[in-house]
Amino acid sequence: MCLGIPGQIVALHDEQQKLAVVDVGGVRRTVNIACIVDEQHPPSACLGEWVLVHVGFAMSRIDPEEARRTIALLTEIGEVQAEVQAMRTSGDA
Amino acid sequence: MKFVDEFRDPQKAERLLQEIRALASTLMQGRTRPLGIMEVCGGHTHTIFRYGINRMLPEEVEFIHGPGCPVCVLPRGRVDDCIALAQRPGVIMTTFGDAMRVTGSKKNLLQARAEGADVRMVYSPLDALKLARAHPGRDVIFFALGFETTMPSTALTVLQAQKEGLTNFSLFCNHITIIPTIKAVLDSPDLHVDAFLGPGHVSMVIGTEAYRFIADQYRRPIVIAGFEPLDILHSVWMVLKQLAERRCEVENQYRRVVPDDGNAPALDAIATVFELREFFEWRGLGSIDYSGVRMRAPFAAFDAERKFSLPNIAIADPTACQCGEVLKGAIKPNQCKVFGTACTPDSPMGALMVSTEGACAAYYNYGWLDRTKAEPMR
Ligand code: SF4
Repeated sequence: MCLGIPGQIVALHDEQQKLAVVDVGGVRRTVNIACIVDEQHPPSACLGEWVLVHVGFAMSRIDPEEARRTIALLTEIGEVQAEVQAMRTSGDA
Repeated sequence: MKFVDEFRDPQKAERLLQEIRALASTLMQGRTRPLGIMEVCGGHTHTIFRYGINRMLPEEVEFIHGPGCPVCVLPRGRVDDCIALAQRPGVIMTTFGDAMRVTGSKKNLLQARAEGADVRMVYSPLDALKLARAHPGRDVIFFALGFETTMPSTALTVLQAQKEGLTNFSLFCNHITIIPTIKAVLDSPDLHVDAFLGPGHVSMVIGTEAYRFIADQYRRPIVIAGFEPLDILHSVWMVLKQLAERRCEVENQYRRVVPDDGNAPALDAIATVFELREFFEWRGLGSIDYSGVRMRAPFAAFDAERKFSLPNIAIADPTACQCGEVLKGAIKPNQCKVFGTACTPDSPMGALMVSTEGACAAYYNYGWLDRTKAEPMR
């Protein structure tokens, strides 16, 4: 919950609502990008960027190299698998 | 040292360890007890045990595992309240996976689900919102917990619900805030902490300035640390260096993610939706002033505490449980009377055994076997 996971913004979902599609370990999901955009950096500028995703919210931009290393580490400790699983089954009864 | 091989840059790790050893032995001159470094964040606790960093450090340096696992510190009475909400007819209770395993006075949310309550694990509060849209006839409640890392996400979710005019979504808010918590830890008389590793992702939201009082008033160095094993070693080296040079400062080792000013949109969302509670009860630590937040009055319609009546009964921690002493660093997890016997990750008695970020669970899963040999104790 507190570690977060790197993902790449691959599409914009709804610029008005600040929603984008992020690829996390091969799984795509909609995340909120309100915390990483402002006038200087509109949603359209986020395409292709790597971000740290916490519980469905992009919380900071990170460089691609950093993202790659973090994913490798999180995969090693089983954290990526757990997050992806949580995304897949989210909301199931 | 076999563990260092697992590091991304073993040579750098080895160099840092050498310098840490040298600094520690200089610092130990004239001291009798080891240098205590508290890692505030449960994510750090997890990395420390996963990579055996506690075992790599010289004897003179030891980690004290702080209160930074939000799942672990939730008191039993709040879990009972959450279960009572989940058992109301028509309610869909949603929360993160870890939160489903914390026990109240009798059971946890998983058991409540087995008994018929509609409890669902969600990855994000946004998914709880989605459930509310899909089930207009049901009351969807999100059991919100966490420090400032997760607070913006729930705040933004509530703002979204408000914008959409949803009337069947609410929060059962159990968010806690880090600064009063560190202050309470610093004020406790039986604490021996010489320096802090600051939480990386909380700081990403609140920035670094908020920790200034630790350096200025309490005269302890603090280094905001990243989560890779090398980050931890690097940060330990940075605090020792401060101690050796008799400096007390807030330093930021995790600059690649943590801006000094924090995250403005996130802080705005928090300030719009939440306000401090006068006090909040912690498992193991008792009541801490201004350590929790609740929803502001304009959001009453989204506040499960206002919308529904709660049993709201305070439940004392079990007497055998020594979580409070562990949290303050007074004892090690394996010195608790019930550690590994009545309290295990499969059947946790205390909160620190519940999440992989809890000190006792981490000790149980990774660390403690090697630590049963004589080690410096206070
Ligand atoms: S072993 Fe269990 S009861 Fe004892 S301190 Fe740890 S979590 Fe608490």
